[in-house]
Amino acid sequence: MRKVVNYFRSLLLWELFCGLALTGKYLFARKITVQYPDEKTPMSNRFRGLHALRRYPNGEERCIACKLCEAVCPALAITIESEQRADGTRRTTRYDIDLTKCIFCGFCEESCPVDSIVETRVFEYHGEQRGDLYMTKDKLLAVGDKFEKQIAEDRARDARYR
Amino acid sequence: MDSLLAIWSSVPESAQLITLTVAKILAIVIPLSLSVAYLTFAERKVIGYVQVRIGPNRVGPRGWLQPIADAVKLMFKEIILPSSSNKFLFVLAPILCLGPALAAWAVVPFMDGVVLTDIDAGLLYILAISSMGVYGIIIAGWASNSKYAFLGALRSAAQMVSYEIAMGFALVGVLLAAGSLNLTQIVTAQQGWVWNWFWFPLLPLFFIYFIAGVAETNRAPFDVAEGESEIVAGFHVEYAGMTFAVFFLAEYANMILVAVLTAIMFLGGWYAPWSGLLPESALAIPGLGWLLSDGPHWLLAKISFLLFLFLWFRATFPRYRYDQIMRLGWKVFIPITIVWLLVVGGMVIAEVPPWFA
Repeated sequence: MRKVVNYFRSLLLWELFCGLALTGKYLFARKITVQYPDEKTPMSNRFRGLHALRRYPNGEERCIACKLCEAVCPALAITIESEQRADGTRRTTRYDIDLTKCIFCGFCEESCPVDSIVETRVFEYHGEQRGDLYMTKDKLLAVGDKFEKQIAEDRARDARYR
Repeated sequence: MDSLLAIWSSVPESAQLITLTVAKILAIVIPLSLSVAYLTFAERKVIGYVQVRIGPNRVGPRGWLQPIADAVKLMFKEIILPSSSNKFLFVLAPILCLGPALAAWAVVPFMDGVVLTDIDAGLLYILAISSMGVYGIIIAGWASNSKYAFLGALRSAAQMVSYEIAMGFALVGVLLAAGSLNLTQIVTAQQGWVWNWFWFPLLPLFFIYFIAGVAETNRAPFDVAEGESEIVAGFHVEYAGMTFAVFFLAEYANMILVAVLTAIMFLGGWYAPWSGLLPESALAIPGLGWLLSDGPHWLLAKISFLLFLFLWFRATFPRYRYDQIMRLGWKVFIPITIVWLLVVGGMVIAEVPPWFA
């Protein structure tokens, strides 16, 4: 009996019509497309985008050249060189992140004891020539200066979970 | 106006005929090419909507210039001739594909008397011309000298040949019902409202003709000839630029052709769904009356609906396996058409109203 029913079902294209009905229903469904440059999806304050080096409010750079980030970086994207400054503090002379190697895991930010290296919400950046994505200390500090307000806000919101 | 007429009558008669015919051909081919262009756009939009996306909407207002942009892009691309291909056949193949798709329009009636050539063997002409399309694909696959192209060509050759039989039997049913091979007379045989059209007495043939048409045009779910997941793009894998564009044009022109033939043979051509039911006074209303009465706009509406079905199928069904395609063609469609031919013959003898009275 079931065989007969199945035979007529397939002969009368029953399942094909069911499929057409389903796709026909979705033809009128609300579209979920986000038209990216015009519309954007909400972003977490923990978003891991472009890196930045931060400063203290008095203008002194936070980084103390402990090299924890360099050690923890799984992609070996960070290169640090340091020296002792005249006032006796240890500071970096070189702090480079190769963004073409970076995997944006956020370990550098996690490991930093002074919240110096952070990842910002910026993700729409590009390089126009070779070397543009090799972030030097100057570039990283510039990013930090530019987005300091947003960076501080994001850290403050996350502070009670850390 | 008079001077224009004087110039026209001074032209020799043969030249007049040629000019008129070329003008008529252009009047068919130019709107056809535009519809082909916008059919590609409609396809992307419909499939997008079914997949809960919105489809192309960046080029021009709401994406309306997208097909133009596509065409311009393809025109300016390089035509690559593979080094070990047969150059002559390689270039000839797309033309052989497109030619029949356009030539078949010669006998398509848009209204009573509005047809390029009103030949009595119209249906035979359609059958003959549409079978020519397979040569383009086979030659393309062979001339490319590539195994993927050749596999695609083999598949589509076998598929098109086997579906041609079911298609031919379905057409025999139509000509049995209409009693004529002339497409205009096939439509006039269906004069009247929806119930008078041939779709109901020939229902299985209607379905089989349309499905075989989908298979003939190598459209999803019968697109094993292209089979992008198995043999890259099948027969046209080696083609680029304008030669590829011509294949593309041919596929969509063939889709429109199958749609128009289905509309003519099963859905009453240019007749309105309520043809003969409305009172004369309703048809006399300016504007609306024209819209409600029979005319080419109804043929256009039917074609659009059938083309939408093509796109809907593509958005819904996964590709058939090759042996399933063969099974469907030979072991399902051909027997059903033959059985239904007997039924139609019986109905014609019994003069079942309203179709065969």
